[in-house]
Amino acid sequence: MKLLWFHLMPYTRLPDDFAEKHPSVWVDIDSRLFDPVVAHGLYNEFMDELEHAAEMGFDGVCVNEHHQNGYGLMPSPNLIASGLSRATRDAAIVVMGNSLALYNPPVRVAEEMAMLDCISGGRLVAGFPVGTPMDTCYAYGQNPSQLRQRYHEAHDLIMKAWTEPEPFAWNGRFHKLRYVNVWPRPVQRPHPPVWIPGGGSIETWQWCAERDYVYSYLSYFGYKLGKATMDGFWDEMKRLGKEPNPYRAGFLQFVGVAETRREAMDLYREAAEYFYGRCLHVDARYAAPPGYASEATIRARVRSQVVQAADRSTDKSAYGTPSFEEIVDKGYVVVGSPDEVAEQLRHVAVDLNVGQLMLLLQFGNMGRQLTLHNTELFAKRVLPQLRDLFDREWENHWWPKPLDRAQRALPSREGAR
Amino acid sequence: VSGPSERRISTAFGIEARVWSKGSGEPVGFLGGLRGLPRWIPFLDRLAEDRHVIAPSLPGFPGATGHQNLDDLADWVTATLDLLDAAGLDGADLIGASVGGALAAEVAAFSRATVRRLVLISPLGLFDASEPVADLWALRKSEVVPLLTSRPDLLEAFLAKPEGEDEIEWQIALTRAQEAAARLLWPTGDVGLAKRLHRIQAATLLVVGAEDRVLPPSYAKRFANGLSGFVQVRRLEAAGHMLEIDAGEAAAQAVLEFLD
Repeated sequence: MKLLWFHLMPYTRLPDDFAEKHPSVWVDIDSRLFDPVVAHGLYNEFMDELEHAAEMGFDGVCVNEHHQNGYGLMPSPNLIASGLSRATRDAAIVVMGNSLALYNPPVRVAEEMAMLDCISGGRLVAGFPVGTPMDTCYAYGQNPSQLRQRYHEAHDLIMKAWTEPEPFAWNGRFHKLRYVNVWPRPVQRPHPPVWIPGGGSIETWQWCAERDYVYSYLSYFGYKLGKATMDGFWDEMKRLGKEPNPYRAGFLQFVGVAETRREAMDLYREAAEYFYGRCLHVDARYAAPPGYASEATIRARVRSQVVQAADRSTDKSAYGTPSFEEIVDKGYVVVGSPDEVAEQLRHVAVDLNVGQLMLLLQFGNMGRQLTLHNTELFAKRVLPQLRDLFDREWENHWWPKPLDRAQRALPSREGAR
Repeated sequence: VSGPSERRISTAFGIEARVWSKGSGEPVGFLGGLRGLPRWIPFLDRLAEDRHVIAPSLPGFPGATGHQNLDDLADWVTATLDLLDAAGLDGADLIGASVGGALAAEVAAFSRATVRRLVLISPLGLFDASEPVADLWALRKSEVVPLLTSRPDLLEAFLAKPEGEDEIEWQIALTRAQEAAARLLWPTGDVGLAKRLHRIQAATLLVVGAEDRVLPPSYAKRFANGLSGFVQVRRLEAAGHMLEIDAGEAAAQAVLEFLD
């Protein structure tokens, strides 16, 4: 299986009374809480951590896109991915991803991702999320009733821009372009693997099956709650006659590794409570703009991540505030010794049938030292126990196909001299 | 309150719409507000005592489909003109409430001959960032009712599921109405109407609620100052944004006086 190291890039200095004093971590978060000097340190630490993870042998590094958000400091994941493309050698560069409806014209995504694929020598995974309501409808003012129509048009335009050799005119419903002719083009042919981060909508599953894309369920609420969604996904794949290749699916899991479970409970408590208490303090007023969820989705009661989290929502908060014991009991964060974590993650991977496992080993206000500790323990003592899973039975058709190592350029200051 | 008679019309853009009508005499059209017309209301019933009231449902609002085929203001105006034609309202007096008010004003601006006299009830369509319209789509559950009405009991009855309707489908229909309004007005409610108000020459009655918490009080003046024809402004006490619900009798009285 593939084990990927995912960074959300949270701001780590939200005050202790954040959830009491402030309405939301997202959309209208108080800008006076942001210190650019702190952020200077954080961005550099976070990129160090991603680069270190790649060196330690994780199969890929993942970044994603959020706007006006205190737990996600990457309005442009492509900027970070660009740095990672230079600073890493073999890891997949997984951009999870660009919210397609936010780019005008959407060929911007085709261009930037092609740049990343060229810089990295063909290591890019192209993630195409619709994006959350907070990011798309509130921060970026997109019309919730048009969001999915715009997303699908943007997708079709990007794929054609990557694969059509001749300049072409695009006379779409939302975009009119007389000359589409993307330069540069991606290294990977016909295009980089496409992964779709999604909630639990049945239309998304069907679309992933039809296009042969990876479906990634990026929940913050762990494998126990994720089970129902992944079961729904696999039932739908079976109905559509798709083989149950685990590499067709991605899943996100928070993990804290220590020598013992007790030590892990001590080490990761603060960071987890920071994440679930402060980072997920999202005002309920931004959770469900009308039209964001399709009527079929509402009808099927298959809910998007935020709406699902609203099971524990209050009038003021979309998520509520769980204790660390609850966080661990419910499987939001997997904690334990290396062997215990390996066993649990093996269970997660097999039970959910997920081959592309994305791990959050930095979360909340976890500092550099603890993050490196978590990452190294995982890389040295958990990862080797899981790496071979699925590989005998299944081929990963959705992994980047980079240039041969010998063909790939190395960043070199020597070369410049 | 006895119900209206109902018929269905089809127009371009794949729109299928319910048309409710009641009364006799000169026709007057009604384009509904933020939840459309989930049921017939006393305001329209009072009007129907003196006039032939005709209420076509706007796309996506209760009784009509097709909003997802409308992409911009030109589509919405075209669709509304089609509906008015099909409902027999071309050249008639026209009342529009809230989102329906924005469309009634647009129609009067783009197509002067379509609207004889215009009544705008708490009309949306303008936005000034220094004095913003309330955000209709970023609300906690507890905030919705107080924002829209001064009579929560009447609004609750207006939106209540009629007997025999499916609970989930009813909720979906009301959410669809919100989506349709958002499709036209997201994110601020500014559809560019300010640039076209001067095109409206029809005599116009503006009816606003003294307790409207969606539209700041100055918006009535913005409308009145922008229009080119005769303008009368009526401010109703004890009425919020959905004043045709909150103060149906007083609103109907004001409209009938103006149309006489």
